[in-house]
Amino acid sequence: MSTVKQLQQQIQTALDKKSPLFIQGGGSKAFYGNPVDTNNRLITTDYNGIVDYQPSELFVTVKAGTTLIELEQVLAEKQQQLTFEAPIFKKETTIGGVVSAGLSGPRSAYAGSIRDSVLGVKIINGHGEIVSFGGQVMKNVAGYDMSRLMAGSLGTLGLILEVSLKVLPKPEVEMTLMLPCPHEEAIENFNELRQSGLPISASCYIDSEIFVRIAGQKDHLNALIRRHRWKTYDQGDRFWESIRNHTHLFFNHGNMPLWRLSVSPASAINGRLNTDTMIEWGGGVRWVNSNTPANIIVTSAQKKGGHAILFRGAIPGVRTFPTPDPEVLKIHQNLKYKLDPKGIFNPGRIY
Amino acid sequence: MFDDDSDEQRKLKRNAELLFHLRGLLSDTELLTEIEDLRPYECDGLSAYKKLPIAVVIPTTVEQIQQIVNICSRMFIPIVARGAGTGLSGGALPHEMGIILSLARLNKILDVDPLNQTATVQPGVRNISISEAAKPYGLFYAPDPSSQIACSIGGNVAENAGGVHCLKYGLTVHNILQVTLVNADGELLTVGSLALDNIGYDLLALITGSEGMLGIIVEIVVKLKQKPPAINVILAAFNKTEDAANAVSKIIGAGIIPAGLEMMDALAIQAAEDFAQAGYPRDAQAILLCELDGSEERLEFESQQLCDLLNQCGASSIREASSSEEQAKLWAGRKAAFPAVGRLAPDYYCMDGTIPRHQIAHVLNKIGELSDYFDLKVANVFHAGDGNLHPLILYDANQEGEFLKAEQFGEKILQLCVDAGGTITGEHGVGSEKIDSMCYQFSDAEISQFHAIKEAFDPNLILNPEKTIPTLHRCAELGQMHVHDGQLPHPEIPRF
Repeated sequence: MSTVKQLQQQIQTALDKKSPLFIQGGGSKAFYGNPVDTNNRLITTDYNGIVDYQPSELFVTVKAGTTLIELEQVLAEKQQQLTFEAPIFKKETTIGGVVSAGLSGPRSAYAGSIRDSVLGVKIINGHGEIVSFGGQVMKNVAGYDMSRLMAGSLGTLGLILEVSLKVLPKPEVEMTLMLPCPHEEAIENFNELRQSGLPISASCYIDSEIFVRIAGQKDHLNALIRRHRWKTYDQGDRFWESIRNHTHLFFNHGNMPLWRLSVSPASAINGRLNTDTMIEWGGGVRWVNSNTPANIIVTSAQKKGGHAILFRGAIPGVRTFPTPDPEVLKIHQNLKYKLDPKGIFNPGRIY
Repeated sequence: MFDDDSDEQRKLKRNAELLFHLRGLLSDTELLTEIEDLRPYECDGLSAYKKLPIAVVIPTTVEQIQQIVNICSRMFIPIVARGAGTGLSGGALPHEMGIILSLARLNKILDVDPLNQTATVQPGVRNISISEAAKPYGLFYAPDPSSQIACSIGGNVAENAGGVHCLKYGLTVHNILQVTLVNADGELLTVGSLALDNIGYDLLALITGSEGMLGIIVEIVVKLKQKPPAINVILAAFNKTEDAANAVSKIIGAGIIPAGLEMMDALAIQAAEDFAQAGYPRDAQAILLCELDGSEERLEFESQQLCDLLNQCGASSIREASSSEEQAKLWAGRKAAFPAVGRLAPDYYCMDGTIPRHQIAHVLNKIGELSDYFDLKVANVFHAGDGNLHPLILYDANQEGEFLKAEQFGEKILQLCVDAGGTITGEHGVGSEKIDSMCYQFSDAEISQFHAIKEAFDPNLILNPEKTIPTLHRCAELGQMHVHDGQLPHPEIPRF
């Protein structure tokens, strides 16, 4: 069982020796981001447990090494849940890793992403000090939003010790609709769904079908389904789990690189990419298995107001994350330098 | 004496040089320098703090803003950006060595995109105008600070503004996609994107609520939400404040997330009723105003559940608005509460701490005790669902020492909020006002981390300097003062 003292000591040693650390939770997203050139690992898994959970306050404070599976179970016992359905690629997936990677899942487009849910953090900073930002309340504007800054920072700005997250009541039931949809009409259908006012909690296009998960009270959902004469899909739970955790065949059927395009939801599908596509988040996220040259994919996503990530598979000379505009990059570099002046936290992991 | 003169001369020379450059760039209506023209800009919504800037610039184009920042950056002139000036924490208080940069002329809605449910707007656009422009598409912009008819979206982003519907719809930070800024070098910087997530550091989150200290916001893409098909407003009265406070936790704990859940205490109820005749029960010690929204079926079910809970919690009466007119009337009382309370005393001082919901009863009690101690009345009107308190301290600025007393009372309330596990500001920002209380909420290491963020964006500290984040020196001084039970020994010392 590691203690804060031990973690702080390991960081102090790294600071003294100017020797970079590779921070790791369950190791389930080690593939995500550039490798860190060090053997000096800081493992968080022993630092785990729920610190504070008050269902009526709609928050949970949890130590970084707690597994997401355990955390979700604790919440489910009180009929509550996290809103972002982060992927669990391995059962060891920790909440510290989830927040650091900032990868949100199917529900997040409708109920809030990881960064939307972060209320506060306790971290060890680049000077080896324990500092806390944010808190356990939803409204808090004292000082800059350091806690949200940690979400998606891939461990490059400090070690997350504890994180406070917003939780919400679990819906009474969820049902999955299956709507036939030709590939070229997918985006149009997503646009209609967005305006339908349905209580959607996830959406996915794949293989000429749109799957829509709706959430609410049983009677209410049944009435909706009857009224619209929709076809429901009884394997819904399994389907969404396979989308969330990338166990669906789509993610595992070839040697082609897997790209994740995050774009303006209503933007058209690029003809050159559309052979092997899965769409989530009402059109906002498009997964593509494709050998199309990286620069074409990256540019295509940028033209649609977003970005593309080389999610799985290696392409020589292509890094996971594209380089942002020079002005943005400069701020990122300044932040990294100011918050981690000795460069000990996961150097090079993002750019 | 001689040194003072040369300092003064240097200042005059510097100001003359600044104005020379600005005149080359701006027309007479875009550059104000006469004292009487500067007066309206001497304070924001917190009128107790006043200063005059060297000049006020009201540019018309983004290019002008870039050039203004360039000039100021070269000359190390502080720039205080200003939206509609409705802020309540002195965030737009001028710097006497600097200029006010008003974004009032950048007031266009550039695009409403009903398919993506977004709007692209300039910073000077009023909050309510966005919802008006989105209305034909059945959409609205969710964050609705009570000043929404006047406040501008740029200011909302700078303060991470909230409102009465945050509990369900989130704060400004949850409702924007992309912000374009002019950075401290005068370059354009776009943070966030039109996509639903981004890679790298979340600069959008850092900018939101940064109180004009990291960049000048010149364009914003906001998210729009679909109008709920139906709304229900329920008013519950209580004979005991404690019961009303406990009902708040019960409601949330039962899994109901109201669109709005507001609470008012006896003094506020009476003031609001005198002012707006909303039909509130005058004899109640507290009322809860609860708005539910969603589909008709869902509303029916949830309203029943809510009324049962309110009864269990000891509500003395429950009223469900039967028409949209009645809904509007019930809200009118709440919305008029601040001006209504304003009639009870010559001045009031509005606080903004947030606490965990289960602490509401405790903290309200303590505020009552402090009210006796300081001999100043307090009315409480607040966003109970978020635990966001707005105690209104009544005082008379014309009475010697009363504002100081009100300030000390306010500071005590904020400390109470921090001690209860909350924060000194939920939605109004730190600004000039709460800079001392930051020392109470944050350690030196935490404050240093904030300074590091500021330096990453603005190394020469020209953007709204000396606000929000206190110097460690300032905190050390205050640390000693705390020993003296909050009695500031030298009230005449400038606060920053």
